[in-house]
Amino acid sequence: MYKYDNYDQTIVDERVAQFRDQTERFLAGKLTEDEYRPLRLMNGLYVQRYAPMLRVAIPYGLLSSDQLRMLAHISRKYDKNYAHFSTRQNVQFNWPALETVPDILADLASVEMHAIQTSGNDIRNTTSDQFAGIAEDELEDPRPYCEIIRQWSTFHPEFSFLPRKFKIAVSGATDDRAAVKVHDIGLYLVKNDAGEVGFNVIVGGGLGRTPFIGPSIRPFLEKQHVLSYLEAILRVYNRFGRRDNMYRARIKILVNDLGKEEFTRQVEEEWSHIKDSVLKLDQKEIDRVKGFFTSPDYDKNAADDKSFDEAEKSNKAFSNWVKRNLFTHRVAGYKAVVVSLKAPGIAPGDATDEQMDHIAALADQYSYGEIVVTHDQNLVLPNVKRADLFSLWEKLAEKNLATANIGLLTDMICCPGLDFCALANAGSIPIAKQINERFDDIDYLHDIGDLKIKMSGCMNACGHHHVGHIGILGVRKKDEEFYQLTLGGSAEKDACLGDRLGPSIAKEEVANVISKLLDVYVEQRQDEERFLDTYRRVGITPFKDRVYPKTAVKEKAYANN
Amino acid sequence: MQIIKDKKVCDDDWVIVRELDDAAPIPEGNVILPFSYWQANREELLKQDSAHAAWIDGDIETKELSGELEHFSIIGLDFPAFKDGRSYTHARMLRDRYGFEGELRAIGNVLRDQMFFMFRCGIDCFEVSEGKDAEEALKSFNDFSVRYQAAADDAVPIYKLR
Ligand code: HEM
Ligand code: SF4
Repeated sequence: MYKYDNYDQTIVDERVAQFRDQTERFLAGKLTEDEYRPLRLMNGLYVQRYAPMLRVAIPYGLLSSDQLRMLAHISRKYDKNYAHFSTRQNVQFNWPALETVPDILADLASVEMHAIQTSGNDIRNTTSDQFAGIAEDELEDPRPYCEIIRQWSTFHPEFSFLPRKFKIAVSGATDDRAAVKVHDIGLYLVKNDAGEVGFNVIVGGGLGRTPFIGPSIRPFLEKQHVLSYLEAILRVYNRFGRRDNMYRARIKILVNDLGKEEFTRQVEEEWSHIKDSVLKLDQKEIDRVKGFFTSPDYDKNAADDKSFDEAEKSNKAFSNWVKRNLFTHRVAGYKAVVVSLKAPGIAPGDATDEQMDHIAALADQYSYGEIVVTHDQNLVLPNVKRADLFSLWEKLAEKNLATANIGLLTDMICCPGLDFCALANAGSIPIAKQINERFDDIDYLHDIGDLKIKMSGCMNACGHHHVGHIGILGVRKKDEEFYQLTLGGSAEKDACLGDRLGPSIAKEEVANVISKLLDVYVEQRQDEERFLDTYRRVGITPFKDRVYPKTAVKEKAYANN
Repeated sequence: MQIIKDKKVCDDDWVIVRELDDAAPIPEGNVILPFSYWQANREELLKQDSAHAAWIDGDIETKELSGELEHFSIIGLDFPAFKDGRSYTHARMLRDRYGFEGELRAIGNVLRDQMFFMFRCGIDCFEVSEGKDAEEALKSFNDFSVRYQAAADDAVPIYKLR
C-alpha cells in the first residue's frame, strides 16, 4: 500500500497544527460559530443530534493493521468504544468531544491518516473497488490513480470552495463494485481499440433528492491526461454550478441543465487550454505510485491444500459462510474474505474496539496486514490462503464477525438515521433491526440469495436507497415515521434507479411488506434468477398487487398516501 | 485602510466603489470601480492617464476583461461569502490563461483561513475585514510548507521533486 514520504507526512502534521489553532481560536472566542463551522467541516467534523461526529478518510478503503488498531484506540480513548464504517469507505466516530478532536487528528497522523476534506464543499475521499488488486475481472489496479487523485485534490487551491461536495470513484474491473455511475465523476479503466488502457469518464451521477445515473462524456481518456481532464471538469463546475439553492448545486444538476453535449463541449474547450500544461502526468510518476501497490509473495503451493474441502463438507455453518463470504482471487489457492459487519442486532457498519483489534490481528496473521472497507459497509481481508480459511472463520466467529450473509437480505446498507443524524425524517437502524429479527433463518436467507436492501433516513440518500434492489426511504407524516419502498434499483454496471412501489407504509409494517415481496419472488422466479432479475422480467405489478390488494385500495383509497 | 500585500501588512488609499450608476460622473482619486461602470465609461476613463482599477464578481466572465488587461494595475476579485468560490477560478484564469501581471486584490469577506488558497491562485493583495487582526492573519501563509499541486506559486507539482 501507499507509504507516506516526508512531503505527505508534513502536510498531515501541518494540518493538525492548523486545526488545533483554529479550534483554540474558536474556544477562545476569536472565531464565531459561523466562521468556525466551515473550517471544522473541512476536517470532517459535523455537529449532530447529540454530539459532534468526526469522519476520517480511508483513501480508496485501504487500511493497514496498524491503522485499524489506531481506529480501535481512538474509539476507546475518545469515543464510546465503537466506530461506524460508511458507504464511502470512510469511518465515523459519533461521540468525540470537540476539544479532543485536534488530539485525535494527531493520533491519526501518526499512522498516516487524516480527516482532510471528509466534509465541506470540496473534493472528497476518492473511492474504489474493495477487491482492487486481487479481482479476476480486473483490467488494471485502480488504486494508484486514486492515490494520484488524492494528492492532486488535497487542498486544491481552486477547488476547495465548490458549489457543493464532490465525489470521485474509480473502478478497474468488469463488474462495478464501487457504484461509479452515481458519483460526481466516475472513472472506469478501459481498453481502446489500439489496446491501450485509459479512462471512460462518467460525470453527473448522484443520489440525494434528484438521483441521476451519470452519462459518459469521454469514452476514452489517455492516462496522462487524467488530472488535466478532472481539472477542466471541476473548473466548469466551479464557475457555473448553481450556488443559489443547496439542493440544485451538485454537478449532476449542471450536467442535466446544460445537457450532456453542451456540458461536454465546455469541458473539452477548457481542457484544450490545459491539456499539455504541467498537469500532464509523467509516466514516471504513474510508475512510482504503482510501485506501492505490489502483490505480496504468494505461496505457490497454496492451491494444493486439502483441508479446506474437508472442513467445508463436514461443517454446515462453515460451508454457509464459504458460500457467501468469499470472493474469487486471481491467484489460485487464495480467497478474499468478507468480514460481515452486519450481524443481527448490530447497526450495519458498526465495529467495536475489540472487534477492530481482533480483525487487525487476523489481518497480520492471515492477510499480509491489509484490510479493505467496502462501500456496503463490511471489511475485507484480501489475501487469505485456502488452508487458513477454516481457522480464520473460527476466529472471526469468536467476535461475532462471521455472519454468513454477504450479499444477502440482511447485508443491508443503512445510514445513521434518526438515531444520530439531525436531518433524519425517520429511523433506519431500528428498521435494520426489525428486518434482522424477522429474517433470522439462515437457510431461508440463502435460498432468497442475492438481494441488496438499502436504506436512508431521509431524501439525502446516504444509504443509497435509490439503487437498492429494495430501497427503503424514511419519510415523516403527521410526525410519525413512514417508509417509502422502491424496487429494482442497481448501482452496478447496469445501474438504474428503483421504481416506487406505492404509498409509504407504517414503521411496524416494513418487515411484513418485505416478506410479501419475497413471496412473490419465490413464486415467480425461474432457474437461478436473483430477485432483481425476476423483478426486471415480471415488472412491478405482481409486487404491487400483493402489497396493496385492489379491494383494500378501493375501500381505503390509500388512506396514507 | 490596512491591506496585506505581498505577505506584508501595509496602508493603502485605494477605495473600492461598490455601487455606481453607469451614468454617474467619474469619481475622484484612487478608486476600484465596478467593471460594468468601467466598461460603460471606457472612452472617458482612458483619456485619464492615471492607473486603472476595476473589480468583478463571480457573475462576470474573465474573458470579458481579457482584452483590457493592459489598462489595469489592479483587478479586484469579490468574495461575497465563504462558500462562493468562483473568484478562485477567476484568479487562475487571469494569471494563467490571460497573463495578467498587475495586482489581484481579494475584496469582500476575506477570511484568514482562505488566504492560503487565494494566494496559491495568484491573488497577491487582500482587503482585511473590519475588526480582524492583519498581523495575526499573516501566519496563515505559513500553514502549509508543502503543496501537492502546481499553481500560481509553485511552477511544478511536488511529485517532480520526489
Ligand atoms: C449523520 C451524519 C450525516 C449527515 C448530516 C449527512 C448529510 C448528508 C447530506 C445533506 C447529503 C446530501 C448532499 C447533497 O445531495 O448535496 C448526504 C449525502 C450522502 N451521504 Fe451523508 N450524512 C451523514 C452521514 C452519512 C453516513 C454515515 C454515510 C455512509 C454510510 C453517508 C453517505 C452519504 C452518501 C454516499 C451521500 C451521497 C448521496 C449522493 O450521491 O448525493 N452519510 N449526506
Ligand atoms: S440519509 Fe438523511 S438521515 Fe440518513 S444520514 Fe443522510 S442525512 Fe441523515
